[in-house]
Amino acid sequence: MKKVLVLGATSAIAQATVRLLAARGASLYLVGRNAANLEAVAQDATTRGAAKVESRAVDLNDFAAHESLVDAAYAALGGLDGVVLAHGVLGDQTEAQKSWAATETVLRTNFLSAVSLLTVLANRFEAQKAGTLVVISSVAGDRGRQSNYVYGASKGALNVFLQGLRNRLAKSNVAVVTVKPGFVDTPMTAHIPKNKLFASPEKVARGLLSAADARKNEVYVPGIWALIMLIIRTIPETVFKRMKL
Amino acid sequence: MKALESWGRYPRVEQRTQPLVWRTDALPQPGGTVLPHGLGRSYGDSCLNGGGTLLLTAGLDRLISFDAATGVVRCEAGVSLDTLLRLAAPRGWFLPVTPGTKFVTVGGAIANDVHGKNHHRGGTFGRYVRRFELVRSDGSRRVCAPDENPDWYGATIGGLGLTGLVTWAEVQLKPISNPYVLQETVPFGNLDGFLEVARESEKDYEFTMAWVDCLARGRKVGRGLLYRGNFAPPQFDGLPLAKSHLSHGVGLAVPMDMPAFCLNRLSVSAFNWLYYHRQNGKPKQRLTHYDPFFYPLDAIYGWNRIYGRKGFLQFQCVVPYSTARDALAEILERSSRGGLPSFLSVLKTFGDIPSPGWLSFPRQGVTLAMDFANRGEKTWRLVEELDRVTREAGGAVYPAKDARMSPESFAAYFPQRERFSRYVDPAFSSSFWRRVNPVALPFSLESERGPAASRPQSLLAIR
Ligand SMILES: Cc1cc2nc3c(=O)[nH]c(=O)nc-3n(C[C@H](O)[C@H](O)[C@H](O)COP(=O)(O)OP(=O)(O)OC[C@H]3O[C@@H](n4cnc5c(N)ncnc54)[C@H](O)[C@@H]3O)c2cc1C
Repeated sequence: MKKVLVLGATSAIAQATVRLLAARGASLYLVGRNAANLEAVAQDATTRGAAKVESRAVDLNDFAAHESLVDAAYAALGGLDGVVLAHGVLGDQTEAQKSWAATETVLRTNFLSAVSLLTVLANRFEAQKAGTLVVISSVAGDRGRQSNYVYGASKGALNVFLQGLRNRLAKSNVAVVTVKPGFVDTPMTAHIPKNKLFASPEKVARGLLSAADARKNEVYVPGIWALIMLIIRTIPETVFKRMKL
Repeated sequence: MKALESWGRYPRVEQRTQPLVWRTDALPQPGGTVLPHGLGRSYGDSCLNGGGTLLLTAGLDRLISFDAATGVVRCEAGVSLDTLLRLAAPRGWFLPVTPGTKFVTVGGAIANDVHGKNHHRGGTFGRYVRRFELVRSDGSRRVCAPDENPDWYGATIGGLGLTGLVTWAEVQLKPISNPYVLQETVPFGNLDGFLEVARESEKDYEFTMAWVDCLARGRKVGRGLLYRGNFAPPQFDGLPLAKSHLSHGVGLAVPMDMPAFCLNRLSVSAFNWLYYHRQNGKPKQRLTHYDPFFYPLDAIYGWNRIYGRKGFLQFQCVVPYSTARDALAEILERSSRGGLPSFLSVLKTFGDIPSPGWLSFPRQGVTLAMDFANRGEKTWRLVEELDRVTREAGGAVYPAKDARMSPESFAAYFPQRERFSRYVDPAFSSSFWRRVNPVALPFSLESERGPAASRPQSLLAIR
């Protein structure tokens, strides 16, 4: 990935990925909501050696702007061969249970906006017969649990969408990489007490990039989560529904 | 609240933490007092805030700009010196001043106005800080520079994190032609020998510092090895400068707390003997990468754990040349007789280049740093004695390495203390600050200063 569009560039995992890409001398088009924060990430990337950095502050829940956003990225970098889709919200499960509005925000941000963006991007990459689409999903999408099934559903739906997209784009030489991080120590999880399973954003970013370089399909980062989720998926539903997870 | 400790692992105090993420965000107001906290490489309690909140600056780790032509780097305050070196060294620039570990933040280097092996040539870190932003709890933001808000600039450099939060800073780096240092090791037989070699080395060498055998006594008191060096010149014939990669150097790790019996008089004296005699009395020259030259301890990750769970006390003092010989001899004799081995003792000279920081520790003279395993009362009494000797010699003790100096000592060491106090942010405090300012001082600072100062009251009583 030499010319990369990063969606949700101010998230912790995206920032760490941007640093690694910058150190490789990639050109970057950074998208985030907060202009000042985005500027801080852009300056950091420039100083660390990115060939070119442009940024734009937009709310990705404004679906109507997606087409022109992708146009702008193509124009700014003179083409695109990589996308890192990293925007998303954790939401609050209790809130979501009480109100459809809260549920809808999670689904719109994590699933619908991603689908809208990937629809535009997949068509361009299919036409140019090249490129890598990297999407940050979550282990939470592997099985619905009472503690966060709304978030989990948004990521689970995303996973299925990406499987289909991968299937469709395989013949066009476009890689679709689903990255499933476990617990990551970021501002998004600042309120949660940390244990040994929490990984740093840097570690996740390294895993993400090596998966992208190898054009993998689905990866768990860190790898231990493949095993953990295998176990969690294997528990029979009759047992699972009685568990407190 | 959780129990946190600093690099010396003493004291352990209960406090809250709050990570900072963006430099433009408003300063958190969690209730109670706050204190910025970098990488926690201060030894005692100056980077702790018992009962209050630590503002963790590790997330403020973005670079802002770097001009490879002028060597001016601007970055957020949580950026580590390691990050700056990885950025700058391959492009021909180096830190103008660096402490003995690269795992400190720019904010921490400013707040303690750190010094390095080149104080006699370069002064302190603060001299190279061209400007920085200071955010106060009243919401104000100031850019501070020698000619812009100069008072805030002078108060914040060496200001122990008490004047507000530094969000970003601009530092002038210095040019190097390659990342190698041409180093020479010279043995000296006692303190007089050290003073002689050190003064003579200052003329031709940018970097000097000496390891001292803290168990040697009598005529040998203060014997050791002086390391001196300069960055290698551009074309250094026949040596493999091409391999100028940065070493990533996490070679060894101390996996757990070592039981206290590992460090005893015998093991330390065996180590010191071997170390000293490795030299067989002759100067040695070699070319070395900057990493092992400046940061030998960084290669042993978590080395502070060798002192065990109770931690250790660091003691670093500076004494003027006029009293140096006698005072240092007494300090070394006392610590040797105290039977509490200091694993690593370092001697170094400070030059007369003034720092812009009001509360800066370095001043002309000789500085000695030692660490002592914490064995309770006994250790405390010894270090208190060393403090007294320092005070009577007209010297000072380094707050970044202190967990126990008395309010009287602090006032004696830092004559600008009262002027500084007026710039302390009302919402900021530290365990150290409360300790050295328990209440308004019950004596006049003027009469208290100088070699005639009375004995400080027992520290154990104050706590
Ligand atoms: C192995 C080793 C070798 C050392 N060698 C030397 C040496 O040679 N010379 C020397 O001078 N020191 C030396 N030190 C001490 C070290 O350089 C200082 O304690 C340094 O300040 C630690 O920086 P830190 O980022 O870890 O800050 P911390 O220890 O976390 O904090 C230090 C101070 O900085 C303040 N601070 C941190 N960030 C900010 C900010 N953004 N705004 C305002 N205030 C802030 C804190 O409140 C605190 O008062 C050494 C330490 C170690 C462990």
